[in-house]
Amino acid sequence: MLRPILIAAFLIATSPIFALAQDSSAETGAASVSEEVIVDATPETPTALGPLQAILQEHRNEVAKASRRTVDEVIDAVRAAKLPQGLTFLERWGDRELWQREEDGLFFFTEKADGQDLTLIDIDTGEAVGTISKGDIKQLKPNSGVRTVIASSLVASQLEDPDPARRRQALDAIERRAEKEHLEPLRASIETEEDPAIKARKERLLRVITISFGQTTETRVDAIRSFSQDLSLDARAALNPLVVTRIGYSEGEPEGVNVARTLTPGKDISREVAYKLLVDDEKAIAARTRAERKAALEANIEDGTVGGVPVSELSSQEARDRAYSSLVDEGKAPPFVTDETMDAELAKYTFYEAYADSNAEVTTAAAETLDSIDQYVGLNRFFSLVLDGLSLASIYFLAAIGLAITFGVMGVINMAHGEFIMIGAYTGYVVQQIIPNYTVSILVALPLAFVIAAAAGIALERLVIRHLASRPLETLLATFGVSIALQQIAKNVFGTQARPLTSPSWLDGAWVINDVVAVSYIRIAIFVLALVFFALLLFVLNRTRLGLEVRAVTQNPRMASSMGINPDRINMLTFGLGSGIAGIAGVAIGLFAKVTSELGQAYIVQSFMTVVVGGVGNIWGTLAGATMIGFLQKVIEFFNPSNTLAAQTYMIIFIIIFIQFRPKGIIALKGRAAGD
Amino acid sequence: MKNTFLARNPSVLVFILLLAVITLLATVFSEAYGTGLLPTNYVKILGKTLCLCLIAIAMDLVWGYCGILSLGHFAFFGLGGYMIGMWLMYARTEDIVIASMTNAALPPTPDEVRDAIGTQIFGVVGGSDVPLVWSFAHSLPIQLALVVLVPGLLALVFGWLAFRSRVTGVYLSILTQAMTLALSLYLFQNDSGLRGNNGLSGLQNIPGLTDAPQSVLSIWFMWGSALALGLGYVFAAWMVSGKFGNVVKAIRDDEARIRFLGYSVEAYKLFIFTVTAVIAAIAGAIYYPQAGIVNPAEIAPIASIYLAVWVAIGGRGRLYGAVIGAALVSLLSSWFTGGQAPDLPLGFYTVQWVDWWQVLLGLSFVLVTLFAPRGIAGMFDRLVRKDAA
Repeated sequence: MLRPILIAAFLIATSPIFALAQDSSAETGAASVSEEVIVDATPETPTALGPLQAILQEHRNEVAKASRRTVDEVIDAVRAAKLPQGLTFLERWGDRELWQREEDGLFFFTEKADGQDLTLIDIDTGEAVGTISKGDIKQLKPNSGVRTVIASSLVASQLEDPDPARRRQALDAIERRAEKEHLEPLRASIETEEDPAIKARKERLLRVITISFGQTTETRVDAIRSFSQDLSLDARAALNPLVVTRIGYSEGEPEGVNVARTLTPGKDISREVAYKLLVDDEKAIAARTRAERKAALEANIEDGTVGGVPVSELSSQEARDRAYSSLVDEGKAPPFVTDETMDAELAKYTFYEAYADSNAEVTTAAAETLDSIDQYVGLNRFFSLVLDGLSLASIYFLAAIGLAITFGVMGVINMAHGEFIMIGAYTGYVVQQIIPNYTVSILVALPLAFVIAAAAGIALERLVIRHLASRPLETLLATFGVSIALQQIAKNVFGTQARPLTSPSWLDGAWVINDVVAVSYIRIAIFVLALVFFALLLFVLNRTRLGLEVRAVTQNPRMASSMGINPDRINMLTFGLGSGIAGIAGVAIGLFAKVTSELGQAYIVQSFMTVVVGGVGNIWGTLAGATMIGFLQKVIEFFNPSNTLAAQTYMIIFIIIFIQFRPKGIIALKGRAAGD
Repeated sequence: MKNTFLARNPSVLVFILLLAVITLLATVFSEAYGTGLLPTNYVKILGKTLCLCLIAIAMDLVWGYCGILSLGHFAFFGLGGYMIGMWLMYARTEDIVIASMTNAALPPTPDEVRDAIGTQIFGVVGGSDVPLVWSFAHSLPIQLALVVLVPGLLALVFGWLAFRSRVTGVYLSILTQAMTLALSLYLFQNDSGLRGNNGLSGLQNIPGLTDAPQSVLSIWFMWGSALALGLGYVFAAWMVSGKFGNVVKAIRDDEARIRFLGYSVEAYKLFIFTVTAVIAAIAGAIYYPQAGIVNPAEIAPIASIYLAVWVAIGGRGRLYGAVIGAALVSLLSSWFTGGQAPDLPLGFYTVQWVDWWQVLLGLSFVLVTLFAPRGIAGMFDRLVRKDAA
């Protein structure tokens, strides 16, 4: 499948061929050939020859020993005859299926017969006309250059092929490598096109190749301008070569070149670079850089001195300059080019940037259109950035919300929260080892990860945190101890290598909006998951008895306790809830990141930041914090795409400064609830 | 005055005495000056441990006495190492470059030497220019001053920002951790001018002392570390035992009440934070020439948390507790992870300490926080008091 397409990509054909190809393919229905025509067409050959055979016999040598230069002649001749079998012949010739009988030089297709024999098939009628031993017939093997030419001549006819797949193939071939000759056949094929999708593609492709091969300047400019809102890469690929520039210079006004802009040395172009251009063309003296002068000094060492200065003294630039100027006086080195002489030399010339394409209207239109595309691309990048930020924010939200709830209710920071995320991810991995169906395993893993992480959280609360009530700093360190222990246990159990958590196939791929904006389905799924949990938590906290009690304990545990709420029970349940959500976040994160024992660590600091920035004990605060941090990170990355480390650094510095202005986070508890 | 100071801090004399004895013993058994019973490697470990004890004292001052759980002091430690490392690396490379240029046709100019040093040092991160931050790397006195100034200034600015907005407790810990992470991420970049994740290396070679073997240098550095630790201990003891120390401890116990009494809590906190950062930086500047390499991974937040772990296990609020914790945990840690510890066969499973040491450390940390909140020193105190009673 691929080979003919690739061959077609190197098309060298002539436009008349394409026109004729359409005629002949239009006549494909009338397959039978009358014998009389043959006689008229080739009177000097025996009447037994078919019309195509006759043409080929005329060009017998060119067919048998086809070369890239001569093959056009044969194709032209075949096309000129407008024979329906001509196309079949060209295809099979290109596929090395043409044979030549050595006895009389006639061409045949063959089929395998008994033993060493081959069945001869007439190239005109397609009927078997006898058998021949393999030794008496030669297979023709045109080289790849020839096959390329043949394939390209076929593209035009393929554009009108009844099979849509073939038509698409032809379009693929043109897209890969367009030629001037494709323009007309493509235009002609649009009208008869019935498939609307292919028709749209053809129309678009026509505009793309008109940019490069349009006959008049106006048609090209029109085609160029039509792409001003187009984001696809092929349009830009067609436009970019038009605005390629090179730097040149001239004495006086530049002539005979399509100047993009003139360059002022020292401003648009560095003086050294401009001077280098002159030196390269031997229009100025090279002795400019220190290295050049040093080379001259080294070449002139005589008896331990250079220009009268002892070598041992040449350890300062000043002494070297002195030695060099005496060399210049002796005429052994070119004069040193000072800044003044360089400026004087540069002033003699006008430096400019010129387009490679000499047509000024086209290049201006192309430059303007590219500008407009760039703007549009920028707009779309921004949109894409918003989507990225949203996706990152939803990940941070999932990772941090559990932390925020426990922090709000109990006033303790759980350093092992990252390890609960890790537990969730490993749960997903283990479930996938047991249940091979990815869809089912994810559906099982999500609740299971919640249960296991919640159980771990409750255990931690019961065994450690409860005993450290009112000592928040020590809780922080104790949970850190749990964190390193859990991490190492995971490392010992699962090994240090990353474990895959494969997403079901319906989450593969991305939702492609255009060539710039695309969102992977996994990220959409995580976004949905975050939304679901946001809604769920809002409901639980604001509409249920448990939520009421949790809020009461958050605001004032002692008062809540005197109202008959058991803070111990609430602490345990909130801790379980928060840890369980971390487990769910772990499954989600594991789907796009590799599952390692350090997985939790990668998210824990960002989760802390989210909680600190968003404010404690409030789902809306966490949402605000996650959104802010997610967007901030993406925006900084946008301005400095090559350096994600720097992005994180700046983000953390920004957060430290932000805390200055809102020490309690974006959404702070107010009034008595805010009391420590 | 002297008498009263010692009377209030009986541990100082004991500590100095023990320190001197240990250092002397190590010298007597060393390869360079003694019987050779103690390999140079162990001398280096001892010297490094003394530096870690010094930073543990700093951590104890800021956390145990002032109640600020800083998760950023190891960043100051690392920065101190970077500052001294810049001079060590630059001066050594300069020696090498000049030596290699003696055979050139022309004697090198200062600019050429600088360019060659740049290529030599920054070749690994694809640079050849000497970055701006290395402007003073040729001068030992300036870099020594920077050891104090850079971390001190960072602590001052960060502390001022944090304390003036009354960030306290867990929030402050998280914020210091963020600062540490930001610094280490910044240093991880290649264009930070400090060789990215390669860090600074070859620091064990002291320029100008190339003839001295490592066995001799290690002893000198051990004495240097011991001296710094002794001075640091006395300084810390002096600080916490006077009126100043009382205010600081009061801030730890009830910050609001001290503020109402008219003390400028923020100024005290800022002072303690900055001074301990400087102590940490000095400890780092002595540590890294013995370690030989400093890189951003050393500054990662986890290191600062370990520091807190040492102090907690040793016992907060007691200077000797911090020293005991740092020495014990760091030495045990290198013993267990170094593969010297014998495996523990349980019949069904053989515990390999390289794998399980972290688990043991984590769990013992939880146990210490739960059951011995005053750490090893606390248990020690209880014993002493029982004897007295």
